[in-house]
Amino acid sequence: MPDLLIELFSEEIPARMQGKAASNLQKLVTDGLVEAGLTYGGAAAFATPRRLALSVEGLTAASQAVREERKGPKVGAPDQAVQGFARGAGIEVSALEVRDDKKGQVYYAVIEKPGRPAAEIVAEVLEGAVRNFPWPKSMRWGAGSLKWVRPLHSIICLLSDEAGAEIVPLEVDGIKAGNATQGHRFLFQGEITVTGFEDYEAKLKQAHVYLRADERAQMIWHEATNQAFAQGLEVVEDRGLLAEVAGLVEWPVVLLGKIADDFLDLPPEVLQTSMREHQKFFSVKDKTGRIVQFVTVANTETADGGATILAGNQKVLFARLSDAKFFWENDLRVAKAGMEPWLESLSNVTFHNKLGSQKDRVERIVSLARELAPVVGADADEAAEAARIAKADLSSEMVFEFPELQGLMGRYYAEAAGSSLAVARSSQEHYSPLGPSDVVPTAPVSVAVALADKLDTLTGFWAIDEKPTGSKDPFALRRAALGVIRLVLENGLTLPLNDAFAKASEILGPKMRSEETKGFADINDLRGFHHDRLKVYLRDQGVRHDVIDACIAMPGNDDLTLLVKRAKALQATLETDDGENLIQGFKRANNILSQAEEKDGVAYEYGADPKFAEHDSERALFTALDEADRVIKPAMEAEDFGTAMAAMAELRGPIDAFFEDVQVNADNDIVRRNRLNLLSRIRTTCLAVADLTRISG
Amino acid sequence: MAETPRSFQGIILALQSYWASKGCAVLQPYDMEVGAGTFHPATTLRALGSKAWAAAYVQPSRRPTDGRYGENPNRLQHYYQYQVIIKPSPPDLQALYLGSLEAIGIDASLHDIRFVEDDWESPTLGAWGLGWEVWCDGMEVSQFTYFQQVGGHDCHPVSGELTYGLERLAMYVLNVDHVMDMPFNDPQSPIPLTYGDVFKQTEEEYARWNFDTADTDTLLQHFKDAEAECARILAQPAVDPKTGKTIVMAHPAYDQAIKASHLFNLLDARGVISVTERQAYIGRVRALAKACADAFVTTPAGGAAA
Repeated sequence: MPDLLIELFSEEIPARMQGKAASNLQKLVTDGLVEAGLTYGGAAAFATPRRLALSVEGLTAASQAVREERKGPKVGAPDQAVQGFARGAGIEVSALEVRDDKKGQVYYAVIEKPGRPAAEIVAEVLEGAVRNFPWPKSMRWGAGSLKWVRPLHSIICLLSDEAGAEIVPLEVDGIKAGNATQGHRFLFQGEITVTGFEDYEAKLKQAHVYLRADERAQMIWHEATNQAFAQGLEVVEDRGLLAEVAGLVEWPVVLLGKIADDFLDLPPEVLQTSMREHQKFFSVKDKTGRIVQFVTVANTETADGGATILAGNQKVLFARLSDAKFFWENDLRVAKAGMEPWLESLSNVTFHNKLGSQKDRVERIVSLARELAPVVGADADEAAEAARIAKADLSSEMVFEFPELQGLMGRYYAEAAGSSLAVARSSQEHYSPLGPSDVVPTAPVSVAVALADKLDTLTGFWAIDEKPTGSKDPFALRRAALGVIRLVLENGLTLPLNDAFAKASEILGPKMRSEETKGFADINDLRGFHHDRLKVYLRDQGVRHDVIDACIAMPGNDDLTLLVKRAKALQATLETDDGENLIQGFKRANNILSQAEEKDGVAYEYGADPKFAEHDSERALFTALDEADRVIKPAMEAEDFGTAMAAMAELRGPIDAFFEDVQVNADNDIVRRNRLNLLSRIRTTCLAVADLTRISG
Repeated sequence: MAETPRSFQGIILALQSYWASKGCAVLQPYDMEVGAGTFHPATTLRALGSKAWAAAYVQPSRRPTDGRYGENPNRLQHYYQYQVIIKPSPPDLQALYLGSLEAIGIDASLHDIRFVEDDWESPTLGAWGLGWEVWCDGMEVSQFTYFQQVGGHDCHPVSGELTYGLERLAMYVLNVDHVMDMPFNDPQSPIPLTYGDVFKQTEEEYARWNFDTADTDTLLQHFKDAEAECARILAQPAVDPKTGKTIVMAHPAYDQAIKASHLFNLLDARGVISVTERQAYIGRVRALAKACADAFVTTPAGGAAA
């Protein structure tokens, strides 16, 4: 059982692509080997900045010979059919066999595929993998036509067993597979030749290359935390950065450096963002949480113990942070003076050419936040003030430099401007929630502005008819709608969407209205969009699709809090034995009734009278329905869905008994009509709770 | 290793002699205002077509919006790029590049040199490529790009392009914190000159002109003129009626594209181009660059059969 070693050695592979590339290599090669009839014991793939490697253990030495028989057309069939059959089987017509069959003589093709040695298959599969590799972006180089992520320099392709290692003969666009590679770019000179995976990994290590990304990441983290700990400090965890840095080095050397005192007053988020985004430094904090040092990871060891490297990095950081400090101080000056220039300059920023500038938008959000304030329990003036400055930081120098700090800087600057805590918080929180798991704001002012922001966006884009289609959602409207849903639900707000959309639409005003829509957002369509988002959101929480549909079909469905309360109560009811069976009873009643209505051309809607009841079960059902109606009506009015649905589920027994004992379509027409009218009472009573016709099963 | 350069010009000279020794034609700067060394026809146009090419040159570059009146330690509206272009890109281009760092005194055994993903795209040139920014001890010292497309044409063969930001690189090598303090010639010279002696005043003058004085109506008119002239040049029949020769005027047309591009940058610095207009202007310059590229590939230098 030979083992296979593959290495594809290239110029530097972008860090973010390495992990996926290693697993793609593994999948492409192992799938190809299996498809060609080989089996293997295990496989593992690796990536460094300059190489992808794959180790496959316990490969079969050759594929099995395969014999396949195919039955073809009858003897005497048209020549074309016979030729086509032979061609499909890949053999000559003369090689077809004629065999007796029940219905006469038939052509058979016997296809013999001899077993093939592993090397032949490996060569074929690897060449295919290299040529069709799914890089996110690939390129050509020199005069060649091969595409790879960056120029590909050499290939190791080695099959090894007890007898030794053998290079798999293979050539891709002039690159011949061999058994040699290179070590670290600067710490090792010359080539290394290898005999198998263990030898490869060991020799790479001697040549200053750690093959495994997780090993490099662990070393970096271990060394960084140790060095920080020795100084009584702590490295700020950042897994994304750790993975990226591990993809930038073959031989990680961790260096701990100081941040000049000049910059320690900057907000920690600014320090961290600047260091991470520009320099790929980890932040190191002291016991009080202040960021005071940084960790940089070099790719090399030097005679001076990294002193030159660290000094250089410190110098670059100094320049970077000087910029950040310059922005921060300029911004603070504007903030302390009340932020007016920023608010003014928002008029120069186009939000959307049909929806005006950011300033227009802010004015709309102010109006809407003021309207929404009572609903969320916020002070109207405070909500309006929070909305007024919510986007001010978009004009700040810091956010221009680091867009990811929007909102957070707004909060710092609002504090500097002397805003109330609630107003300052809203500058940061009104963007939330940004997804299904992001934290939802609960502070009333933040909620008012967050809702106003999202409702204005949604209504605006609906008014100009720029809705998401398929996978295209350039204005992130699905996320905005989910934001509205989560803000309403998690704060238990009673905010009928129809009213909210109408208000937003009114504020939007005639000047923003497109000709196609005559200026109005289609509120029903927009509500439907929210219902669709709600279904996805609730499904993830285990609420059934059909249950939501049954509740959406009820009046008042634009009150999401109510809608979800109803859906959850219904789902709970359906999970009980009575509830589940009630649905069957309801459906049976509904079916019989619908058929009769269709046949007779009349609607059986009222007039059921117990005096025409012939059977005890029939009379019992009358009583049960009276009792249910007595409970359900006030419970529904009180939005006590649990009680209403429990009362509805109580009907299960009487309905089952009724169908057991009574034939609805009786010969006596009066009795029949009375029974149909009784069924209609079941329908009416149940449909008052939820549209059970939409429940599946 | 050669002696470590002691001045800005020392670094330029070291790069010139290094790339000359590696077989590049050492060209002179293009005599027009450009935003980057890539605009030099020795790169933009020569990256097109099948003919082999190797050139290196310094290119003064202008970015009006980056002007800071000479006060910022490393931002300038006029600065120098060093540009190397080799077609087809040789297999040892990374090693050649590292050799050039050594030539200017960056010892790889003491420094941390890294190739960090950075894809290059020039919307105005209709060009893109893949490569890296090269980091030395955390500082970006060069751009390294394999051109894939220029002027809307696929590059076959592919050119390898190296761009060094000379001031920043030199400040690092010479350990200077403010660009204006950097020695321009050898500090031991009879008349030692700093970068500031040469450029401080002009940075002020141009910053004032770029930001506040340049007449926008004139600039707009010049933009339109350049655009029209470019189209007019390319609309001429290939055969020159006077000489009877086939002369496609790709370079004169491209000069107009360069002009339009720089005029756009000036208008941008004057703050008269809105966000939405911006894309439209960039599109107009790109259309010119593409038309010039289309013309160039029909010429002998562009690889067309003579």
